[in-house]
Amino acid sequence: MRPITPFLWTLFGAGGTIAALLFPVHLVLSGLAFPLGALEAPSYDVLYGLVRHPVTRLYLLVVITLPLFHWAHRFRYTLYDVLQLKHLYRLIAVLCYSAALLGSAVAAYTVWRIP
Amino acid sequence: MPPSVTLAVTRYRPEQESEPTLQTYEVPFRKDWVVLDALNYIKDNLDGSLSFRWSCRMGVCGSCGMMVNGSPKLTCAAFLSDYLPGPIRVEPLNYFPIIRDLVVDMTDFMHKLKKVKPWIIRAQEKPLADGEYLQTPDQLEMYKQFSMCINCMLCYSACPVYGLEQSFIGPAAIALAQRYNLDSRDEAARERLEILSEHDGMWQCTFVGECSKVCPKNVDPAGAIQQLKLVGAVDWFRFLLPWGTR
Ligand code: SF4
Ligand code: FES
Repeated sequence: MRPITPFLWTLFGAGGTIAALLFPVHLVLSGLAFPLGALEAPSYDVLYGLVRHPVTRLYLLVVITLPLFHWAHRFRYTLYDVLQLKHLYRLIAVLCYSAALLGSAVAAYTVWRIP
Repeated sequence: MPPSVTLAVTRYRPEQESEPTLQTYEVPFRKDWVVLDALNYIKDNLDGSLSFRWSCRMGVCGSCGMMVNGSPKLTCAAFLSDYLPGPIRVEPLNYFPIIRDLVVDMTDFMHKLKKVKPWIIRAQEKPLADGEYLQTPDQLEMYKQFSMCINCMLCYSACPVYGLEQSFIGPAAIALAQRYNLDSRDEAARERLEILSEHDGMWQCTFVGECSKVCPKNVDPAGAIQQLKLVGAVDWFRFLLPWGTR
């Protein structure tokens, strides 16, 4: 069987890039700039219209799911190395990536269901 | 400036001790002395039985690596004045079996270096009469940084992954592989990628980055590993392409 490691690492790398580059933008905008009034917050209707657009839905999905796989990878190796759980190799890998998959499914469902 | 400084040095004489212990020595302090000078002072004046490796005294041979106050250092480049007031702990490199005092067993490292085939490999050597393989300055620049490695093994002693998993091929060996992969005269990048993709290869690395921090030659093994992972990842996706080979 082809080892899947390079694929998982790609998800990890892509998720890390998103978390490092896009999260700060969202955090600054919706966490600081809008509530503090530094920038005028878009109205509900404008945001709703934006979020309903298929491209935005896709964007949200990517921004949410890939960092989940980044987390899964990091957390997995943290468990191996910091907690010295290498003997539970398979179990930990399955649990971590299943959690990321589950989170992705919930995100996909939520984004899809926006009326 | 203090007149002297105390060194706590690992002693391990297998015929005499079952465990390494620390022994303290008082050496004169001199502003221009490095830890290696202090060790040589001990050997010449206090205790001739102390064993350690060194050769060039100028950061070139890579043989004087030890743990100084818990960090991997070239002792010929570690000034006593940076560790005042002392005592300064001098121990053999982390994670390697100790042979005697400050001397560690490098066998494992030597095997790993050889494993990545660190020499120029070509499908077809061109005949001698055709002259040398020319390289532009830009082509040289591609791999030059990775060719600066002096095999001091500091990066292995700094790598927590190697500490946990001794089978990990490790930073310097991977950087060396990348040095040849990036050499315009070499044609064996594929071969090395397969070697590094094995279970104990580059994917073991969790990008802690300590290797690049401690490297006395700015080789940046962590960077080499990331580059290679990217190559490995792109390679993995080739099967999606209709013309992919696997
Ligand atoms: S990569 Fe740097 S730290 Fe590692 S062996 Fe080479 S010179 Fe030493
Ligand atoms: S003695 Fe050669 S590198 Fe230190």
